[in-house]
Amino acid sequence: MTGKSGLLQWIDERFPLSATVEGHLTGYYAPKNLNFWYFFGSLALLVFVIQIVTGIFLVMNYKPDGTLNAAGVPIAFASVEYIMREVPGGWFIRYMHSTGASAFFIVVYLHMFRGMMYGSYRKPRELLWIIGVLIFLALIAEAFMGYLLPWGQMSYWGAQVIINLVSAIPVIGPDLAIFVRGDYVISDATLNRFFSLHVIAVPLVLLILVAAHIVALHEVGSNNPDGIEIKKKKDATGKPLDGIPFHPYYTVKDMVGVAGFSILFFAVVFFAPEFGGYFLEANNFIPADPLKTPPHIAPVWYFTPFYSILRAVTYPLFGLDAKFWGVVAMFAAVVIIAFLPWLDRSPVKSIRYKGPIFKVALTIFVIAFLILGYLGVLPPTPMRTLVAQICSVLYFAFFLLMPWYSKIDRCQPEPERVTWK
Amino acid sequence: MKTTSMTWLKKGVLTLVALPALLAVAPKGVSAAEAEVPIEKAPVSTNPVDLQHGAKLFINYCLNCHAASMMRYNKLTELGLTEEQIKDYLLFTSDKVGDLMQIAMRPLDGKKWFGATPPDLTLIARQKETLSYSGADWLYTYLRTFYRDEGRPTGWNNVVFPNVGMPHVLWELQGVQTAEIRDDGHGGKHVKLTLVKPGLLSPAEYDKAVADLVSFLNWMGEPVAAKRKAIGVWVMLYLALFFVLTYLLKKAYWKDVH
Repeated sequence: MTGKSGLLQWIDERFPLSATVEGHLTGYYAPKNLNFWYFFGSLALLVFVIQIVTGIFLVMNYKPDGTLNAAGVPIAFASVEYIMREVPGGWFIRYMHSTGASAFFIVVYLHMFRGMMYGSYRKPRELLWIIGVLIFLALIAEAFMGYLLPWGQMSYWGAQVIINLVSAIPVIGPDLAIFVRGDYVISDATLNRFFSLHVIAVPLVLLILVAAHIVALHEVGSNNPDGIEIKKKKDATGKPLDGIPFHPYYTVKDMVGVAGFSILFFAVVFFAPEFGGYFLEANNFIPADPLKTPPHIAPVWYFTPFYSILRAVTYPLFGLDAKFWGVVAMFAAVVIIAFLPWLDRSPVKSIRYKGPIFKVALTIFVIAFLILGYLGVLPPTPMRTLVAQICSVLYFAFFLLMPWYSKIDRCQPEPERVTWK
Repeated sequence: MKTTSMTWLKKGVLTLVALPALLAVAPKGVSAAEAEVPIEKAPVSTNPVDLQHGAKLFINYCLNCHAASMMRYNKLTELGLTEEQIKDYLLFTSDKVGDLMQIAMRPLDGKKWFGATPPDLTLIARQKETLSYSGADWLYTYLRTFYRDEGRPTGWNNVVFPNVGMPHVLWELQGVQTAEIRDDGHGGKHVKLTLVKPGLLSPAEYDKAVADLVSFLNWMGEPVAAKRKAIGVWVMLYLALFFVLTYLLKKAYWKDVH
């Protein structure tokens, strides 16, 4: 306390600055054995900051206006090209934002997979996990609405297809779809409200959820690849024996992750911003035309696994349209992730000590997810629909059968202290 | 009991791994006839002289029905032209060098006259890109495969864009081609084009002119592309160095963690 400068002393008497820094950085003990998979949390935060900062600059020149200019080009579309061509450094900001959208999902998917591998959702981290699923839901909404803003053909027709799904809801559906669009079709009204939601409402929700995610994490402490609690073994001063202070150990380690990620991220930004048409689709360089439906409408790659599940439902049930049940299945596919803490009955947390059934189940789950993603990009054929149906069943089976297979699996005993593998 | 269920699971995993290969063979959604027309690789140039030639062709032949409304005339200074040269040789429809490449024809009139409004060409090279060929490749093939077809209102048809609304604007340069089209029996088309009336240019000269025009369209789609890649090299070098530094820093800090 004697080392405190006068200013810090003054602040600390009015605001818990030192206590906050200590609680979240210098005095927050993280397990010392966190491996490669633990980079993606801090990287998700990095991409979030990239999206906010580049977004601020994009809004300075973007115009959410679906009306046509003198040359017959929608003003929103032309304003994106204005950013690309005439705003100094605009192309760089825009490519960072468009690449950032895909990078966000790559990083978040890997982050979620880490949690599934090491049982990070298990007690006492259930709420941390649920907040994470809420972040994922908000991220889906954010990406979906952001994709409309360039007002290209894929923006327009992708949004048209997805919002039409709302009309499959019985009784209120058609009116609800009009309420969401603000019109009978996707129009200037839709563009304006999506802009507002994309730029203010959802980022605000995301910010609050991310803060809650970190507060919850620092309350319960990080899990680790061994899935054991480091708080159970403490030294005389009450510090976990297998813990090290987040700062400086993990701040310097996460910088390595930031550098490695930046190499990949900026390689895309500078050398392949379209990424073969997966990050920026060729069709989206064509201005939105409400009278011309593209022959094949596919969502952006990060939505395709869930889009495949939606399309896989082809049977009407209880007198309701198959489309409605598709929507239900699609949302269920996301929401079911939140129930993992209660579906997993294994005596151990980490895949390292779980039995062969879990390992096979997780492998099947990942492969099914990837195939669903691959199929979601392609137009459907009877064969593909059948495969999508099988993969959808496997996707849900991973969750729904977990209470059973996690119980009968032959697990190994967990170690007393963390290990380096 | 457990072992049998395990083998079953393993077999399932193997089948799943092999699935993407099986699915890729399944018929494609796009019509086979369209996909089978061979798209030639465009000899895209980044040489400013070629691009200037392409700009001249574009402004003389295309920029009457097509606009490039997100492109300014003075952007051509990036191809090594001065504003004076642009004003003297390339500015026909506009009086200011800072103007956008607009046209006088109204979109609805274009639709009435050609069946479809001639699209804005600013981004045409980026719009035509697919996984199997670039936008430039498509344009290069398209502009060289017009042929005489009396059944069409304009008297012209095209191999890669069947029943296109645009007549062969470059016909005086290329001359007149006729086409012999027959199915190759595998769902594709076999096309034989014959030059029946030579144009102002020889076939080799015409190919070069189209290559320059396509190179220009390619450049116009993203004028910053070359600069972007050049900066990217330095960014990669910097980040590689940054990676090494952060790695060494991490190692130094973690020395005492066992």
